[in-house]
Amino acid sequence: MMKNRGLALKLSLLILTSMTVIFLFVFMYNYFFSRRIIINNVEMNARNLASATVNRIDTILYSLEKVPENLAYFLEVSFYDHGELLDLIRTVIEKNPEIYGASIAFEPYTLDKSTSTFAPYFYKHNGETKFTYIPYEYFYWDWYQIPKELDRPVWTEPYYDEGAGEIVMATYSVPFYKTVSGERKFMGVVTADISLSWLEKIVTSIKIAQTGYGFLLTKNGTFVTHPDSDLIMNETIFSVAEARGDSQMRELGRRMIKGQSGFVPFESLITGKQCWMVYAPLSASGWSLGVLFPQDELMADISHLNRTVFFLSLVGFLLILGVIVLIAGSITRPLRVLAKATEDIGSGNLDIEIPPITSRDEVGKLAESFTYMKSSLKKYIKELTETTAAKERIESELEIARDIQAGILHKVFPPFPDKDEFDIYATVEPAREVGGDLYDFFFMDEDHLCFTVGDVSGKGVPAALFMTIIMTLIKTRATQGLTADAIVNRVNQTLSSDNPSLMFVTLFLGILNVRTGELQYCSGGHNPPYLILADGDIQPLETTNGIILGVMEDFSYQSKKITMQKGESIFIYTDGVTEAMNEKEEWFSEERLEKELALLKKRPAEEVVAGILEKIRVFSTGVQQSDDITMMIITFYGE
Amino acid sequence: MCQMLLKNLSIHQCVQMWKRIVIFSLVIPFFIVNGAVANEKALHHVTFIPQWVPQAQFAGYYVAHERGIYRKYGIDLTIIHGGPERPPGDFLRNRKADFATLWLSSAIQMRSEGVNLVNIAQVVQRSALMLVAKKISGIETPQDIDGKKVGLWGPIFQIQPRAFFKKYNLSVKVIRQSYSVNLFLRGGVDVASAMWYNEYHTLLNSGLNPDELTTFFFHEHGLNFPEDGIYILEDTFNKAPDLCKAFVTASIEGWRYAFSHPEEALAIVMNNLKSQHIPATMVHQKWMLERMKDLILPEDVDLPMGSLLLEDYRRVAEGLKDNGLIEEIPEYTSFYRKCTRYDEK
Repeated sequence: MMKNRGLALKLSLLILTSMTVIFLFVFMYNYFFSRRIIINNVEMNARNLASATVNRIDTILYSLEKVPENLAYFLEVSFYDHGELLDLIRTVIEKNPEIYGASIAFEPYTLDKSTSTFAPYFYKHNGETKFTYIPYEYFYWDWYQIPKELDRPVWTEPYYDEGAGEIVMATYSVPFYKTVSGERKFMGVVTADISLSWLEKIVTSIKIAQTGYGFLLTKNGTFVTHPDSDLIMNETIFSVAEARGDSQMRELGRRMIKGQSGFVPFESLITGKQCWMVYAPLSASGWSLGVLFPQDELMADISHLNRTVFFLSLVGFLLILGVIVLIAGSITRPLRVLAKATEDIGSGNLDIEIPPITSRDEVGKLAESFTYMKSSLKKYIKELTETTAAKERIESELEIARDIQAGILHKVFPPFPDKDEFDIYATVEPAREVGGDLYDFFFMDEDHLCFTVGDVSGKGVPAALFMTIIMTLIKTRATQGLTADAIVNRVNQTLSSDNPSLMFVTLFLGILNVRTGELQYCSGGHNPPYLILADGDIQPLETTNGIILGVMEDFSYQSKKITMQKGESIFIYTDGVTEAMNEKEEWFSEERLEKELALLKKRPAEEVVAGILEKIRVFSTGVQQSDDITMMIITFYGE
Repeated sequence: MCQMLLKNLSIHQCVQMWKRIVIFSLVIPFFIVNGAVANEKALHHVTFIPQWVPQAQFAGYYVAHERGIYRKYGIDLTIIHGGPERPPGDFLRNRKADFATLWLSSAIQMRSEGVNLVNIAQVVQRSALMLVAKKISGIETPQDIDGKKVGLWGPIFQIQPRAFFKKYNLSVKVIRQSYSVNLFLRGGVDVASAMWYNEYHTLLNSGLNPDELTTFFFHEHGLNFPEDGIYILEDTFNKAPDLCKAFVTASIEGWRYAFSHPEEALAIVMNNLKSQHIPATMVHQKWMLERMKDLILPEDVDLPMGSLLLEDYRRVAEGLKDNGLIEEIPEYTSFYRKCTRYDEK
């Protein structure tokens, strides 16, 4: 698996990265969407719960408010004595289970002229109804003073009633009046107390998830009920905010005590957890109920869902990773085999067996092509090897043939160092390893130099063989005393009589008397040689009108005679010279040859030949030599 | 003893107590040998009543008591908790308490009425009494108070406000104010009396913002009446001046300790308040302790703690006289008996 990691890794990375992005997007969308739904639900439930709780408390408080209000009304419209008052209050206490204590507190010296304070108070204690006169000067206590100053019933802030109730309570106080001579005179207040434990029971019955809770704030922001009992009656939401340096909490508290309602994020004072809080006012007392909904607990389901989705995704990832590795492996394994096979083939091992790949897919086709390529290569290389071997054999044979041919031609100049009546130089440049051009010269007797230049039809080995025959023929036929035309006729007859391959040759043959300068020559279809006069003039030799040798057995060749003056030269060449081509496919041509020869006048024979050869080379630069080039020059000096 | 107290004290406190006992048992023989300080048997049993409930306003005395500073100076002190029903002046006059804290103004008034008390230390240098109003009721300047309902506490708390009304020629309807600020919060009065270190902060912690309130600090209106001072009846002082000096020294040491160890001081205050069922919050007591520091050691006043300046005395006394609250100004030298011998400058 690890060996496949190149492709597998790329595939995995690409696919998994794309999948992660897609998944994350879906996951986030799902999370935020479901979260919003839950928050909406929580808010709706929270508001419902808060308003239900508020209603529950309000219902009780409102019904409780009626009691002192009715009593106050009764006091304003009725006459009563001390005893009746006490009965009245006692009845109120006993008939109203939610009222902890009740009192009618009078202004100084009103009902009982003998005492400044007069406030009979009935309250419950351990299931019994107890009675006392409020023993302290109550005139400046909130439950008395505030309704008096505000002229309306008031719920007091909760307080610890030292000396009377001896519990933490809140009091609803209703002022009552007496109309004396048309003037409404404040007489005192009727009070009904509720124990905070009663309220606490209702509010603490609110349980949201594990740690959610409700709490109640008074109009001053004081905690009346709270799971943290240290806060109750001790702290206000503002003092808690101050202790925590939390200005947002202070603002929230201000909204709460102003009787607003809302749904806000809030940190639990118990657990420190982030919660949502709904708050709503109690319309009876103006207090504010807050209910906390711990976010993480309400989000537990979605968190669980998210964990599950995450886990499933992880498993999915691993699964896909495995699948990708498998697929990648199925692709890369045969590719690897093929790669190895290719490497072997590249190093020359064509006998390697390409493992069978059965699949019909692209890889299978690739393997098929590989097998075909291998066998084709093998066949081709086998053929190539054979051809190369044959070629090498032929080439070595040709090499030998060339050496032999070169051996036939004179190469050492001057060939006759003891003869100074003439100068002779010749060369042949075969176009291939062996050529069809020939030259030769030899003395037929003491004074007669026979020389010849020929051009065999075709090139290469056949031409070379033919040339060899011709040279042998000339050597054997040019016997002493024969004329040039006789030699050519003999050679023609021999060639023509048995020439199955229909080869032919142009031939120029001359016999020079080196003492007299008499030159007898016969041409068989050869280019006319040039006679270079002593003063440098160049003129072609008069033709003998002979045709090429080897085609007509009974053709009669004629020869002509001239006498060379001292200093005159004769220049014989094959058409490889004049038909040498340059890159523009122009011939070197007779004109160019004559011009060059003129420039080389009076130079030694070897220099003339070398000079012309050099000009041809320069002319034909970049063009492969297409024909053998042969030149011979003989300069006559006489005795 | 520890066993018995375990119900009420934490283990830590119990250990602390044992430590203290061990330290005492080591220290006392040393003092006996030197003969410089009275030993346990020679401790003077005295009582002390502050003007009000055991809040941070009296942190110095409670801290000195709790940390055994009074004992260090040979005093076995019992603190009588103050409160609305226990006026310290009465306790002093009736010899129910040996030492008491009183406002300078009410003490001068008492002395001019024939109660022979003497000031042995003027602890608070600056007046914390103030008037406060809601801006929403349209009160921004002293003149705006004219014709309004003003909540005032008992007679001794009315001297400055009445001088203030007189100064600004205000006619107000005075409503007797209880110790709660609810009457003001509910709109029963337009202007309320408040102590800067107490009710003012209670208002802030009832949801009112400082910028929603108009404050009238009397010391900013030329009516700075130094407040809490330590008082004792003159004959008691004459009998035991060293005891008075010891009490003042211990009290001032207590204050200094409270200011330099505010958390410990607050813990002591909170414990006392809780045992009295008095609604108490740490932040409120912290505010109060900080304000007490401002009032006892004002930054712009450089005096040994406990000093009563003649000019302060005159201002208060003349204010009282001008308002017809006293007939004659008591003699400064007979009123103030400097007891700050042990206090460093």
